[in-house]
Amino acid sequence: MKFGVLVFPGSNCDHDAYWTLKNVAHQPATFLWHESHDLENCDAIIVPGGFAYGDYLRTGAIAKFSPVMESVKKFAASGGLVLGICNGFQIIAESGLLPGALMRNAGLKYVCKNADVRVEATDTPFTNACKEGEVLTIPIGHMDGNYYCDDATLAELERTNRVVFRYCTPDGRVTPEANPNGSLENIAGICNEGRNVLGMMPHPERSGEAILGCADGFKIFQSMVNVGVNALAAR
Amino acid sequence: MSPTQTSVITPEIVREHGITPDEYLKMQKLLGDREPTLTELGVFSVMWSEHCSYKSSRVHLKRLPTRSKLVVQGPGENAGIIDIGDGWACAFKIESHNHPSFIEPFQGATTGVGGILRDIFTMGARPVAVMDSLRFGPIQNPADKNARTTQAELHKNHSIFEGVVGGVASYGNCFGVPNVGGEVKFESCYSGNPLVNAFALGLVKRDQIFYAKAAGEGNPVIYVGAKTGRDGIHGATMASEEFSEGSEAKRPNVQMGDPFLEKLLLEACLEAMQTGAIVGIQDMGAAGLTCSTCEMGARGGVGVEIELDLVPQRETGMTPYEIMLSESQERMLLVAEKGREEEVFRVFSKWGLDAVTIGRVTNTGHLRVLEHGKVVAEISNTALTDDAPLYNRPLARWEPNVPREKPAGVVLNTASNYTEHLKRMLASPNICSKRWVWQQYDSMVQTNTVEGPGSGDAGVIRIKDTRRGLAMALDGNGRWCYLDPKLGAMHAVAEAARNVACTGAKPVAGTNCLNFGNPEKPHIMWQLSQAIDGITKACEELEIPITGGNVSLYNETLGEGIYPTPVLGIVGILEDVERTTHMYFREPGRCIVLLRGSEPGDAVDAEVEFGSSDYAKEILGSLWGFPPALELEQEAVLQECLIEAIQSGWVDSAHDCSEGGLAVALTEACFQRGVGANVRLAGNDLPLECVLFGEDASRVVLSCDPQHVKRIQKLAKQYGIRAELIGETTADTIEISVEGKVVISAPVAAFRTAHEGALEQALNAELISTAAD
Repeated sequence: MKFGVLVFPGSNCDHDAYWTLKNVAHQPATFLWHESHDLENCDAIIVPGGFAYGDYLRTGAIAKFSPVMESVKKFAASGGLVLGICNGFQIIAESGLLPGALMRNAGLKYVCKNADVRVEATDTPFTNACKEGEVLTIPIGHMDGNYYCDDATLAELERTNRVVFRYCTPDGRVTPEANPNGSLENIAGICNEGRNVLGMMPHPERSGEAILGCADGFKIFQSMVNVGVNALAAR
Repeated sequence: MSPTQTSVITPEIVREHGITPDEYLKMQKLLGDREPTLTELGVFSVMWSEHCSYKSSRVHLKRLPTRSKLVVQGPGENAGIIDIGDGWACAFKIESHNHPSFIEPFQGATTGVGGILRDIFTMGARPVAVMDSLRFGPIQNPADKNARTTQAELHKNHSIFEGVVGGVASYGNCFGVPNVGGEVKFESCYSGNPLVNAFALGLVKRDQIFYAKAAGEGNPVIYVGAKTGRDGIHGATMASEEFSEGSEAKRPNVQMGDPFLEKLLLEACLEAMQTGAIVGIQDMGAAGLTCSTCEMGARGGVGVEIELDLVPQRETGMTPYEIMLSESQERMLLVAEKGREEEVFRVFSKWGLDAVTIGRVTNTGHLRVLEHGKVVAEISNTALTDDAPLYNRPLARWEPNVPREKPAGVVLNTASNYTEHLKRMLASPNICSKRWVWQQYDSMVQTNTVEGPGSGDAGVIRIKDTRRGLAMALDGNGRWCYLDPKLGAMHAVAEAARNVACTGAKPVAGTNCLNFGNPEKPHIMWQLSQAIDGITKACEELEIPITGGNVSLYNETLGEGIYPTPVLGIVGILEDVERTTHMYFREPGRCIVLLRGSEPGDAVDAEVEFGSSDYAKEILGSLWGFPPALELEQEAVLQECLIEAIQSGWVDSAHDCSEGGLAVALTEACFQRGVGANVRLAGNDLPLECVLFGEDASRVVLSCDPQHVKRIQKLAKQYGIRAELIGETTADTIEISVEGKVVISAPVAAFRTAHEGALEQALNAELISTAAD
């Protein structure tokens, strides 16, 4: 399964995602420059974390106009797998691939720490290696991770089971205290209607190896690789 | 051709530039007996400033040990470099940004971080970790005493603290470098003079290091990065004088940081270096274009000629003086191979950055500056660098205004409620959790962080594609240096090294940031000289060369100086990063061992030393005596023994015993996993306070599997030090007894609450009281 990792000026988790894919998941991976339309026949796209275009104006607001995002939108529309992590989530939300917006954290400060998230949906290409209700420890690091959408959108997300992760306590309870940024309904990650686009604020590449203190995040990448393996088997 | 004189230099103008009459005479002589132009005077004034020339400290800095088998680059370059094995080297340095951070905390701190990062990547190294040593005035008054700091001052300190932390966070987070540790301290003496010392470390292949050296007559000199504006003019000069009432007016002297631009500059520079077309490169930090041109020329023994019309400018009508002295951030100067400019331009254009040839390398040994083709400055490089004034300023031995023996009014062994005292210690500003600070820093980007801030004595990162890791720690103790600058500085080295050793890494090199008052006062010079003696002695004994650093003088406001505050940054190598040890107890049922390098002193010594402790400051509200004794030979063997025990796989956890003594160290080790401890201590005929909270040096709290206790004790014996079994880990309660009598007992959670929430509470309380005013 070939992965493409987007590189915007200001991306700073691009190398981290690339490393995890190459050296932990042992998959072919390539960087895709923001000015190019060519996705180089990748099977899955990672929109990495960072500060694309300095996050000037508003997070993701400039990145959504980049040539590469035009191609990513087409790719997603045709069912291609797109994972947006942190700033990547902000960018794909701005691009309209996912509903809602990421606002300034309720605490008004950048927050970097381990967060516990409960897996709410396992029928996605990003969580098929997880159990429903499983609690994963995945670090967060953001200033604008406060997910918001209107009531109708929220109802639709809930009805179609598209809230994929919620911030929770270590034992899996979704409480206000477990919410690090004020997100609506403790939402940490959502997917699109086709379930092929996932946006999440936590950084799975930061808990992808035991030496980093926790390897829970690797399950996200493992799930994506499983999709590739299954597709190959079906052929 | 001499530059055309356009204005008359009056003694008044000379004085405004911080140049003494004698220095002005020397300047004229170096120019070949002529008057400088205004531009030349500006160039001299920044290069000869304390900040750039180290004119007061250079004679003393020479004493520091700077060599070892691992040192690839010692002091004199943008950063020091050591060989760390497997074909890798690491570049690292610490630098101060104290003065700008007082005037404009947020921007002062961001540009401090930005400057040190450029120092690292200009050597070809990708920054992989940063740490900060921060010191502020108090943000709260002790509850049980008469308020000594005014409400307005507390509020000012609070806003400086918030601004600095916000600035450090904003820059590092966007740039994408993990913040893996450091220190935050509060003392009254830093009220008018906060200390912001930023450390950065980068990795570079041993054979791909770049130097800030110009070479090759005719090679193009290329300017890259941000455009030049009027910001930061005289920043270096500002950092070379005391603050007075009017210092707020210096705000325009503080530069503005743009971390996004710096991130682009990093990627573009590293990519351009890969082309092989770059001969030398230096960042434009303090003294901007002036410093980079003459220093690169001086190092290469060549001249540099530049035409100012070609310099990218963001404002119109800038004079040569302003362009040469601007300290606009995120700029670099590089020398490329003639004919290969296009390769360099292509890379910078890809990253959307300016890259312009502004001059060339000459064989004159001069810095020559032209505007519209006319020479506006021509000075020999050495006049600005090697021939800069050098002072052996007078020293005067000095005694701090504190009693050397315990005041009669202070009574020890009072059988107080030590559980309460421990809670108060844990909640005190210097010991409490700094979570509020480090949660604002990205500590995990780059996915190398094995030990981040808040959870260990030192930060630890792994090095991808190898089995290795690096540990790093910052340490300083201003109060101890105030009581005894030499001994205090020795402690800073020993403790930073011990912190590194607690992770199992071998400390191999260091960098120092020397923060002192006005060097024109003989007692301040004496403090500086003593501190350098202390660092030298400790570094020699522990075999830690100093590969670079920074001196920050004139840390005084209205004549009030800071405590002499040398801050040490020490780096250690882990051959196998998987073998690193954390500071916290892992589980109940393990043995707790106190490893100590030197024997406890007698009751008289203990009382004299206790006056320098955090307990004396926080609980007794008093300061007396001397810092604890430090036997460097014993410290060295303690660290060797500790590293060997950890590398043998016998140690579960290791935590340095420092501020707050044994009681605090034991409690801190309990927090992470909520594991308890049952500890039994000997009284040694000392006051209870000294046993629990005394800060004797060279001690480390270990925990281990019971089966390893004998092995550790045998190893310690071989090294000639002691390993005492003092207790075991338990479920969830901390109980400490001395001579069989329980003196401290409470659930871990109770101590943790005191420790974790204290800083937030203090900040909120300060805001509420200000709102009520």
